[in-house]
Amino acid sequence: MKYRHAKKFALLAAIILAAVASYFSSAINSYYLQVLIFIGINVILAVSLNLINGYTGQFSLGHAGFMAIGAYVAAWLSTEHGAGLLKAFGGTNPFAIGALFILVLLGGGLAAAVAGLIVGVPSLRLKGDYLAIVTLGFGEIIRVVIQNTDAVGGPRGYSGIAGYTTLFWTWAIAALTIYLVVSLIDSTYGRGFLTVRDDEIAAEACGINTTRYKVIAFVVGAFFAGVAGGLYAHSTTYINPSGFDFQKSIEIVIMVILGGMGSTAGVAAAAVLLTVLLEYLRFVSGYEWLPELVRRIAQNRMIIYSLVLIALMLLRPQGLFGALPRRRSTRISKPAVDPLA
Amino acid sequence: MSQIEFLQQLINGLSLGAFYALIALGYTMVYGILRFINFAHGDVFMLGAFGGYYLTPRIMPHFAGNLAPVGVVVVLLLTMILCALIGMVIERLAYRPLRSRPKLTVLITAIGVSLLLEYGGQFVFGADPKPYPELITDRALENTGALTITTTQVAAFVVTFLLLIALTLIVKRTKLGMAMRAVSNNATAASLMGINIDTVVSFTFGLGSALAGAAGILYALSYPSIDPLMGLLPGVKAFVAAVLGGIGNIPGAAVGGLILGVVETFVGGSAFSTYRDAIAFALLIGILLFRPAGIFGKAQVEKV
Repeated sequence: MKYRHAKKFALLAAIILAAVASYFSSAINSYYLQVLIFIGINVILAVSLNLINGYTGQFSLGHAGFMAIGAYVAAWLSTEHGAGLLKAFGGTNPFAIGALFILVLLGGGLAAAVAGLIVGVPSLRLKGDYLAIVTLGFGEIIRVVIQNTDAVGGPRGYSGIAGYTTLFWTWAIAALTIYLVVSLIDSTYGRGFLTVRDDEIAAEACGINTTRYKVIAFVVGAFFAGVAGGLYAHSTTYINPSGFDFQKSIEIVIMVILGGMGSTAGVAAAAVLLTVLLEYLRFVSGYEWLPELVRRIAQNRMIIYSLVLIALMLLRPQGLFGALPRRRSTRISKPAVDPLA
Repeated sequence: MSQIEFLQQLINGLSLGAFYALIALGYTMVYGILRFINFAHGDVFMLGAFGGYYLTPRIMPHFAGNLAPVGVVVVLLLTMILCALIGMVIERLAYRPLRSRPKLTVLITAIGVSLLLEYGGQFVFGADPKPYPELITDRALENTGALTITTTQVAAFVVTFLLLIALTLIVKRTKLGMAMRAVSNNATAASLMGINIDTVVSFTFGLGSALAGAAGILYALSYPSIDPLMGLLPGVKAFVAAVLGGIGNIPGAAVGGLILGVVETFVGGSAFSTYRDAIAFALLIGILLFRPAGIFGKAQVEKV
């Protein structure tokens, strides 16, 4: 089977799997269901950030800001305009709700993409450390602006959002995100992203408009973060600006670094692993037989994040699943064998 | 805005700027030597504030009455030494093993160290804000007319000024200072001339961290409520100040800090006061777009 067909086949299989899993979701304990949904959302966030941080090599620390925009815009759309749109789609049947939900998520994603464009155009002219600080700053500015916007609840948060998110939507969209990102990387755009990451000066000398590629990666990444935000808002039905702070951005960055920057499969696996692990830590902090110190550390996930970051950078900077960047070899290398071909 | 109000805001802004200047010096010195932003620097500032918090009740009773100013100096110096040691340990354990690795690796490690200090601090000190002990009595000076100038503001000015002079003397007049300038100019050539790079880097971290520690105490005297996350925002803003003045440039960092303090205070007093914390980022983006080398920096051509 050709690689392109394999990708489409995998996407279809994943969507069918999501539908089947969703069909049995009433049999799943609601806590596990929530965790499964969070896994899907985190996969979308991590894979989309990997497009920016991993493939294009632009270290962004503000992904939670775009997620926040998506969450708020989608929540506002479905709360303020949902009833009218439902009527236009012909009542409250599942198909009308599905159409509304897709529309709302697209709205959130597009709003985040526009924000990504506004943030990206000035800041992507910066490199490395500067870009990290500027995106951190923008993420915080977005949060401050939401906090000062009374129409969406300001610091009180936004409640009463319809609970449209199901296991099917989350996993199907996560699969679609992976498919689209992989396809993008395989396209000429993907070559552009990788060139910008590997050697910006050489890329520019070859006539590649590096800023354009960086902005495209940033906007696409922001779009998916916005969609993930929409899914999140319609899953928890209540959102609060402080849920999209620096800590959330760091959480997504850790998923990307853990999985290995520039490896979609690794990053998706890391997102699953980290989500499950963090939920498991909740139980660990309740185990009476563990020493007090261990239980207290387990309660503070940020300490664990920081230790993971430092240990990874010192011991395995390529991440758990990533490969080290290929060395330039003087030998003539064997033709690359595509494992999926 | 009346003239008095303007002057008052200017004084408040300059005293805020003094803190930014002290922190920014650490960023700029480390950047000058290693070309890397020490994300954890703002957290060393936080540790300075906590150092003062724990040292004050243990040291001040020994210096009652007229000796109180000596006690203040002792607390300040001990905190600075403590912070210098912490800075050197961080460099030794987290950054030195990565010196030859890609910049991104070091940056991520620095973020990790920063988070570890913040949340490890929450773990050790507790997350709740703590009232700061009164190291010097905070009162308004007399005979200043309609203006209000407090003793803590004066202390901040005086200490910042003295530390700036001391720093200038160290950098310009001592052998280690000369080595610092040499390494900053060309690290490879400097090491060929027999300069021990590791010593210089360690010394630079110590110096910068000591200044951040002093800033931590002075800041906590003016805003007497401290918590382990207090370093994040002043840290990032001080970084902006360093870029504003031209990163790698010592007088630039001081001037950048003062400018940022004044701008922020004026925005805080205007109709956009809720956006006060956002102004630093707007400034940063502006300066990076229009004058990336900063006010005093020289534009450098990247050699391939």
